[in-house]
Amino acid sequence: MLRFAPWKVAVILGICALGFLLTLPNLFTRDQLDRLPEWLPHNQIALGLDLQGGSHLLLEIDLKAILDERLNSLLDEVRGMLRPARIGYRGLAVRGQGVTMVLTDPAQTEQAVGLLKGLNPNPLSREVEVVPGDGGRIDVRLTDSTVRNLQDSAIRQSLEIVRRRIDEVGTREPTIQRQGEDRILVQVPGEKNPESIKHLLGQTAKLTFHLVDMDTPLQQALAGNVPPGSEVLPSAERGGGGQMVVRKRVEVSGESLVDAQPTYQQNQPVVSFRFDSAGARKFGAVTREHVGELLAIVLDGKVISAPRIREPILGGSGVISGSFTTQSANELAVLLRAGALPAPLQVVEERSVGPDLGADSIRAGKLAGVVAFLLVAAFMVIYYSTFGVIADIALVVNLFLLFGVLSALQATLTLPGIAGVVLTIGMGVDTNVLIYERIREESRHGKSVISAIETGFREALRTIIDAHVTTLIAAVLLYAFGSGPVRGFAVTLGVGIIANLFTAVTFTRLVVATWLWRTRPAVLPV
Amino acid sequence: MRSFRLVPDNTQIDFMRYEYLGYAISGLLILLTFILVPLKGLNFGIDFQGGLLIEVRTPGPAADLASMRSTLNGLGLGEVALQTFGEPSDVLIRIQRQEGGEQAQQAAVNKVKQALGDKVNYRRVEFVGPKVSSELFWAGAQAVGWSFLAILAYIWFRFEWQYGIGAILAVIHDTITTVGIFSIFSLEFNLASIAAILTIVGYSLNDTVVIFDRVRENLRRYKTMPIAELLDRSINETLARTVMTSLTTLLALLALVIFGGEVIRGFTIAMIWGVVVGTYSTIYIATPVLVHFNLRRTIEPAAAVQTP
Repeated sequence: MLRFAPWKVAVILGICALGFLLTLPNLFTRDQLDRLPEWLPHNQIALGLDLQGGSHLLLEIDLKAILDERLNSLLDEVRGMLRPARIGYRGLAVRGQGVTMVLTDPAQTEQAVGLLKGLNPNPLSREVEVVPGDGGRIDVRLTDSTVRNLQDSAIRQSLEIVRRRIDEVGTREPTIQRQGEDRILVQVPGEKNPESIKHLLGQTAKLTFHLVDMDTPLQQALAGNVPPGSEVLPSAERGGGGQMVVRKRVEVSGESLVDAQPTYQQNQPVVSFRFDSAGARKFGAVTREHVGELLAIVLDGKVISAPRIREPILGGSGVISGSFTTQSANELAVLLRAGALPAPLQVVEERSVGPDLGADSIRAGKLAGVVAFLLVAAFMVIYYSTFGVIADIALVVNLFLLFGVLSALQATLTLPGIAGVVLTIGMGVDTNVLIYERIREESRHGKSVISAIETGFREALRTIIDAHVTTLIAAVLLYAFGSGPVRGFAVTLGVGIIANLFTAVTFTRLVVATWLWRTRPAVLPV
Repeated sequence: MRSFRLVPDNTQIDFMRYEYLGYAISGLLILLTFILVPLKGLNFGIDFQGGLLIEVRTPGPAADLASMRSTLNGLGLGEVALQTFGEPSDVLIRIQRQEGGEQAQQAAVNKVKQALGDKVNYRRVEFVGPKVSSELFWAGAQAVGWSFLAILAYIWFRFEWQYGIGAILAVIHDTITTVGIFSIFSLEFNLASIAAILTIVGYSLNDTVVIFDRVRENLRRYKTMPIAELLDRSINETLARTVMTSLTTLLALLALVIFGGEVIRGFTIAMIWGVVVGTYSTIYIATPVLVHFNLRRTIEPAAAVQTP
């Protein structure tokens, strides 16, 4: 137990040195690091949002809204197929994952089913299932895989849009990732104003251009007399009574936009936009045919402005004016450039920490760590004298290994993570305590110094491994089930335990052995 | 320099004699928890209950809690709890979960921000929706449940099932009484508390394993010693280590309580309890339970081989 082959000594010391080397980058600023030679490690421990300040937002996509939208369009498609074929039906409605109806003439069932199967883009695909029932009843259902694909693509699209919106405002190093079925996790470090991010992500930003229904006065519409092709929308237009009657038909939509920029017109902030060629053609056609009418610009179901078409706009670009501030014009431009979300996003969890609380936490954590180290180290020296010093050296090596591994993994250090480090300081000396107590015991049983140390290490080792594995189990489960800061705690605890095991079985033993062969003590100093 | 000993060599405390006293005390503690928690309740943080938490630093040397309270109560957001947090100028505002969906919660944050104005510095804003909070609660409960099973399995695998029973009883005892501590001191019960419980479980087990290891060793060494005596001996032989490790861990935790800041104080206080109760349960629950099992049976065959 106390003899080491030279190569083993080299490996042990090498690993300890590596831990030191990997920890080193954390003592420098980023700028200083960039000037260091290439071969040195550059990875630093990442600070969690609770330490550097920032926002953690968990967003949920309204998948039901997406399904509803798809079902409504399915309803329209079904109607569009049966009408021209002169198949009468009643009770056409969305039900569950599809639409249902009852044919007026059950004899037409076969014809209708054959027709409705054409809802699939090609005969082989099974996006839509058509199930005939009794008495002319027909169910048209979206298959499970269709729904899954629909929702999956909605999430992927949302992720992309969220990423673009956040990139547009130039936040540094954001984390945007999918979480579970229907959620997106957004973490923006150092964000002082999470409200603006939340506002940015809280809008669907669906932009559409509609003609205003000039034939229907607002009073008549509000009295419940809305023509089938029109609807009443809230409006931000001044003098419009807060509402406006707008034709349902979408003339041009925001999907055709290629650019949007905030700018000024007559000293008023406005947003200028440009369509792609197809959009420009449609926009040109609408404005040519409806000169003199009002064109409503609708964002997320609200009219933001409804200017009069003075002349055909053929160049495919224009401006949106409205009651903008510089900031809101800028935001709208960002939203339009990034594109619309397929469904609304809701914030279901938010944790924002200001940078100064983070700094306070780091300061408190450092102080607690240093004090804990000094207390434990002093106590060990008082209690075990020479061997206490060895335990303290092992503890330092242990901490370097812990920080080194955390740096190499670029793990995130959180406030509970710091607590984990401090706990590692307290519990870390346990391995040495186990070994030393065992040595004391063996020596009491009349063993010689060398024999007592030898047996002490051997017997303690088994216990140490068993005891460490149990704590490791707790750490692994914490990581598996925990979230955010708690995971940070699990990581430091887990890595701390492993580093501790390593120093106990190798480094401490090596130092004790070296000391033993050098001094050859007659009595045990423990 | 001369080293010293906290626990004198050859200490022989008759732990097993107090076996039933230990059970009585533990039973009482558990009973108290079961009475206290339904009666007084747990101070659930927003993690498990949903709601809003806002930490602000007011400009003055000390926050004017009364005026803040009346301002915020006037917003009609339901129960609003205020407390100073660490510094006298720092205030923790907790607002109950709002009726309605997630949007209602967001609206409440904005209302508070408008009411308090720009003069205060928002150090922390946390919001947990009702769906997420129940998920977090279940994840926490699962973590604790699985850790029990994993530990039982590991101890069974490394020792024998009897040891597993002893260890799991001790760990359940520690968990329940820790929850009791959260209730007594009205410590906020949140995600960090689950972390504390799991760490306590790990620590308590660490302690238990060390003694079990010695029990197993002594079973091989003293083949005819009565079990009670053997258990006592094992506890005494490892007592110095038990005391020493508890002390160093407590020293580190003490530093955390005093200097570690307000945010993790609940966690560290729970941990301190955990170290004390974990050590206690190892000596008075996990180990004494072994008396009631026939531990020797499992190693008898090996002994029989040695007898000529």
